[in-house]
Amino acid sequence: MPGDAGPPIVEARGLSLVYQAADKPVFALSEVDLAIHKGDFISLIGPSGCGKTTLLRVIADLERPTSGAITVEGMTPEQARLKRLYGYVFQAPALYPWRTVERNVMLPLEIMGVPKAERQARAADQLANVGLTGFEKKFPWQLSGGMQQRVSIARALALQPDLLLMDEPFGALDEITRDHLNLQLTQLWRRTGKTCVFVTHSIAEAVFLSTRIVVMSPRPGRILDIIDCDALPRERTLDIRESPEFAAIAHRVREGLKEGHSYDD
Amino acid sequence: MSGNPYQTSPYRTSLRTAADWGLVTLALLTAAALTQPIGIKDGAILSWTADPIALLFLVGSAFSVVGGRTAPTPAKGAWVELGGAAMAWLLPFHLLNEGVDLSRGWGLWLYLIVATVMLWRVLGVLSAVPGWRRSLLVPGLFGLGLLLGWEVLVRGFQIPSVLLPPPSAIAASLVKHAPVLWDDFRQTVLTSVVRGYVMGCGAGFAMAILADRVPFLARGLLPLGNLASAVPVIGIAPIMVMWFGFDWQSKAAVIVVMTFFPMLVNTLAGLQTSERIQMDLMRSYAAGYGTTLVKLRLPNALPFLFNGLKINSTLALIGAIVAEFFGTPVVGMGFRISTEVARMNLDIVWATIVVAAVTGSVFYGGLALLERATTAWHPSMRRR
Ligand SMILES: Nc1ncnc2c1ncn2[C@@H]1O[C@H](COP(=O)(O)OP(=O)(O)OP(=O)(O)O)[C@@H](O)[C@H]1O
Ligand SMILES: [Mg+2]
Repeated sequence: MPGDAGPPIVEARGLSLVYQAADKPVFALSEVDLAIHKGDFISLIGPSGCGKTTLLRVIADLERPTSGAITVEGMTPEQARLKRLYGYVFQAPALYPWRTVERNVMLPLEIMGVPKAERQARAADQLANVGLTGFEKKFPWQLSGGMQQRVSIARALALQPDLLLMDEPFGALDEITRDHLNLQLTQLWRRTGKTCVFVTHSIAEAVFLSTRIVVMSPRPGRILDIIDCDALPRERTLDIRESPEFAAIAHRVREGLKEGHSYDD
Repeated sequence: MSGNPYQTSPYRTSLRTAADWGLVTLALLTAAALTQPIGIKDGAILSWTADPIALLFLVGSAFSVVGGRTAPTPAKGAWVELGGAAMAWLLPFHLLNEGVDLSRGWGLWLYLIVATVMLWRVLGVLSAVPGWRRSLLVPGLFGLGLLLGWEVLVRGFQIPSVLLPPPSAIAASLVKHAPVLWDDFRQTVLTSVVRGYVMGCGAGFAMAILADRVPFLARGLLPLGNLASAVPVIGIAPIMVMWFGFDWQSKAAVIVVMTFFPMLVNTLAGLQTSERIQMDLMRSYAAGYGTTLVKLRLPNALPFLFNGLKINSTLALIGAIVAEFFGTPVVGMGFRISTEVARMNLDIVWATIVVAAVTGSVFYGGLALLERATTAWHPSMRRR
């Protein structure tokens, strides 16, 4: 497998996380084992509340695991965060309403102390990438929800991180824009050799983008199945979605999801 | 415009469609006014017919109502009716010039009530028109109407000026006493208020930032804030004068006591308003406390900060003026009010009150403008 060389970028072993809610504890993650290698594109898929966001937040050091071990680029998640090794696209746009679109994208660069000219160049680049050229001077509330989410993607990409953590980035987009951005994302990933961890609810999206698909199930949040997509070429085009290999993988993901999905409780 | 024949367009009113109960009321009131005298001149009752100019004004107002309701757009109609109302409010000045005693001119007063109703309608129409008409003209006309009413009522009913002078007399006194008023303004506002305000708000803000980092400070200070807001300014002012002397220092101290806690409480509340996801974003950038404060939490707190600043602008002015009652060098707005009231020089007292009121409004208005400029992004500001 091409991604397997070298130590893993993210390695979790026996990872568990319990939220102490007011009434009873919530077992958001339970005994999660996962190794993500350089150049991997990992999709997390599973029913709502199965801990996808939680897993991403643990990798990003926004949440501390209750037990188990996790390393990011061989460091603790905190060290990785302090070195700004990842870019995070949140489930909601989380734009700052007093900043224009352009200045929102430049925010992380400002904090990192990137010079002004380069900040502007990078922001312009990334806004063009997500199809928002011409909206630089608009304020977030003047944009639709999907456009806001694209701004937040541009903001994460402007950091040029090696590790990209994305929490349902395309959830709020229409099918065509979504296809377009999927294609852009896979090309960017191929070109730059980034490692991506990507949360989605769409089986087609997961299969199209991923090298491996992690199927999760809730209560407690755990990994049911990890599906390799080696049958698909690393170079992805939209028409691979018609291929039998694609259909076979999608079928397996669907079976896995069904297994984890129980409406009894 | 759609061609629906069953729908009357609001822009094409005929007199018939506009003949509502408001119009009927106006007509009845005018008819009643015509039966009553407009005043007493040289001991004799003056009727409408005795003064052709009065009658002319009345007819003019009547025409303006008709014209206003048949105008092509409500806004244009409003202007016409405004002219009619203005005419009505000018009539008493003409009569006062002629030496007429208005106090029992019930016909005139009824006419003025009609004019007030007209003005009401005009303001209603104009405030529906966006732009400068709504933001400047409507409050301007409203204020002008109040001043005119004040002037006419006070002079018409011959209220003693010790009780309430007409605005024209106050304006004259403003001009006459301008040098004294300017000295008072400089002492009270430019010296005491500005310094006290900057110190009080600055200290409250700084303490809030500190209390944000040191939680026990917030816990200890907030109950004190409630206590301090209940302390009467009358109580602390003499104490501060004893401590800090007669000059501006004691006034500034009173202002600091009054403004410190409102600023502290508002800043603390504002710093709590950032959402978790916004904070997480900063955390993901490994932003430190200072960066998060400057780039996220303070901008988010701006509406609260302005709230504190605006409350304090009023408190500071009140504090300084009241504190001057308890001792000051022989200058200052509070000093002026306390001494001139005792000497029955009410006109300069009223002039000082006007200066204080205008100062307070300008102070507050300036802050409101600044707020609008810096927090235009906030949901509460967007539609305005
Ligand atoms: N801060 C929190 N405090 C308590 N419980 C939480 C917290 N955050 C998440 N949970 C719980 O943890 C579980 C997993 O949540 P998580 O947000 O990771 O789900 P998810 O897979 O991302 O769901 P979705 O697809 O709806 O985004 C849920 O049951 C949720 O109620
Ligand atoms: Mg989620």
